[in-house]
Amino acid sequence: MLNFTIRRLLMAIPTLLLIGLIIFLLLELAPGDPMSQVPLTVPPEVKEKMREALGLGEPTHIRFWKWLVQFFVVEPQYLLDAIFGTEFAEGKLRVISWQTRSPVMDIVAQRIPQTLWVIGMSYVVGVLIALPIGIISAYRQYSWFDQIGTFVSMIGFSVPTFFSGVLLIVIFSVNLGWFPSIYDTTLKVTDWSSFFQQTKQMAMPVFVLALYNAAQISRFMRASMLDNLNQDYVRTARAKGMTEQVVVLVHVLRNSMIPVITVIALGVPQVFGGAIITEQVFKVNGLGQLLITAIYANDIPMVQTLTFIFAVLIVVFNLIADVLYGILDPRIRYD
Amino acid sequence: MTDFIQTSGKARNQWWDVWDQFRTHKGAMVGAAFFVLIVLAVFIGPWIWPIDATFIDIRARNQGLSWAHPFGTDQLGRDTFARMLKGGQTSVAVGLTAMALSLVVGTGIGVLAGYFKRLDGPLMRFTDLFLALPLLPLLLVIILLFRDPLRALFGPETGIFILIVFVIGITSWMQTARIVRGDVLALKEREFVLAARSIGTPSHRMILRHILPNVMSPIMVSATLGIANAIITESALSFLGLGFPSDFPTWGRLLFDGTDYLQQYPERVLWPGMAISLTVLSVNYIGDGLRDALDPRIRGR
Repeated sequence: MLNFTIRRLLMAIPTLLLIGLIIFLLLELAPGDPMSQVPLTVPPEVKEKMREALGLGEPTHIRFWKWLVQFFVVEPQYLLDAIFGTEFAEGKLRVISWQTRSPVMDIVAQRIPQTLWVIGMSYVVGVLIALPIGIISAYRQYSWFDQIGTFVSMIGFSVPTFFSGVLLIVIFSVNLGWFPSIYDTTLKVTDWSSFFQQTKQMAMPVFVLALYNAAQISRFMRASMLDNLNQDYVRTARAKGMTEQVVVLVHVLRNSMIPVITVIALGVPQVFGGAIITEQVFKVNGLGQLLITAIYANDIPMVQTLTFIFAVLIVVFNLIADVLYGILDPRIRYD
Repeated sequence: MTDFIQTSGKARNQWWDVWDQFRTHKGAMVGAAFFVLIVLAVFIGPWIWPIDATFIDIRARNQGLSWAHPFGTDQLGRDTFARMLKGGQTSVAVGLTAMALSLVVGTGIGVLAGYFKRLDGPLMRFTDLFLALPLLPLLLVIILLFRDPLRALFGPETGIFILIVFVIGITSWMQTARIVRGDVLALKEREFVLAARSIGTPSHRMILRHILPNVMSPIMVSATLGIANAIITESALSFLGLGFPSDFPTWGRLLFDGTDYLQQYPERVLWPGMAISLTVLSVNYIGDGLRDALDPRIRGR
């Protein structure tokens, strides 16, 4: 197993390099010029100097290499410095955003908490809703609960989040006025009333995304439970005289969780990608919103770093899913 | 798809069995009926409905529901019903063409990888690479980069249509390729393939005559899912402001424009949103029914 994990980790490196290269080459075609905002009175030679200062004068492969070094060596060094107060990265050049002229990673670090809170919370809530629904609908297959569950989950993944989100805003913010439609990032949770306010502004985005995620995961859970409920070992467990509760919640559930857990792991990066839309609907200034503004503003280093972070998430969670599958299911051994 | 449902002489074609099974799935039948209705409405409707989608009647702006304007009018006095029909035409057309493109690419790669052992490794690594790409960010970037050159090349409407169909098509073929490859690998071990090979059938005929007809079922199921996926992706792109321009409506674009008037005229968001959701829901139900109907273990029970 360890062998397999190490091999997969090594495999991930060329994949990531290749993805980084693809993103880099794609952005290489971008028509935008970072100097377009500079006043016309600035003479061309000075502009040329400024361009060089941004590292734009050099050939493609050298800039790609520099970006790699900055992303994989310099930025982690800065992170270490920030945590332990060391001085590894003394004065080294970081990935600089063209919009704000500040390091990309600093801005990303500012945005991550919002994304993690809203998106992470919605995924957790989604999973917590989905699992019991999946279990009950499988155990009582074709009952009214199962029928309703099937219908609701069908709606859940047919209605796109940008519509369900807007619909909730119309109902609960515009008409009823229960929840704010815009997420306020400056709100600090200090006491119960601000905590309550935070809960209120998180309610709608979390609900929208949770419904969407729960719809998919509950389907998987149901299918996986159904596969296991007819197995011989279930009959054996019942024949031994075990209570129905133990049979379903211990024997069947543990076995059905194996594929579901990998599905949950695989879904994490997709949730981050899909959150781009939800963040736009509810005006949450998280990573997705940062990406959209960067794309509009032609901020190439920012777009590249963010897209690459999404790619890293996908590769890492694919790896986690594979390894988990091997650990949880002893029948599957990769080596 | 329809080519396969026709009868071939006296013998009862297996597609009739599929149809019989499909008919028993109520949700799928309702979905199919609704989808046909939507397709007919958006492609024939603009010919019948007298008001043009781009006709500006500034005196009649921001009107509510009436007989003259069943869905009301927008801030420029354009008839929302006409715009919904016109927008649906684009949305459905994007959905169908992008699905077709992703099916062709996915089936092609899946069959090649499954049938030719030498190609299997490289093609599947290629598929894995695509699966690891962050698709939505890349879609946004690609559209931003190529929107203007393609508009200049093919005109504003055709250019963006080609671009969106192309990017959705080339970023959604991976699942189809994987499923088809798996099925082809299993088929290759069957006796009829061995028999066909023993009489010297060349590879291309083998694939076209023996392999492809037998992997039709997963292809058809992923076709329906592909339509739903393409419609949602197109709307999402338009919703983020990176899809079709405002004077060239699609459902996603109408929804995006409607959010500006959310407080005053919430119904402007409702119509396109309902249209997208119901179309996708009906397509998903069709897919559900097809999956059951094409599964020989369930069929005939």
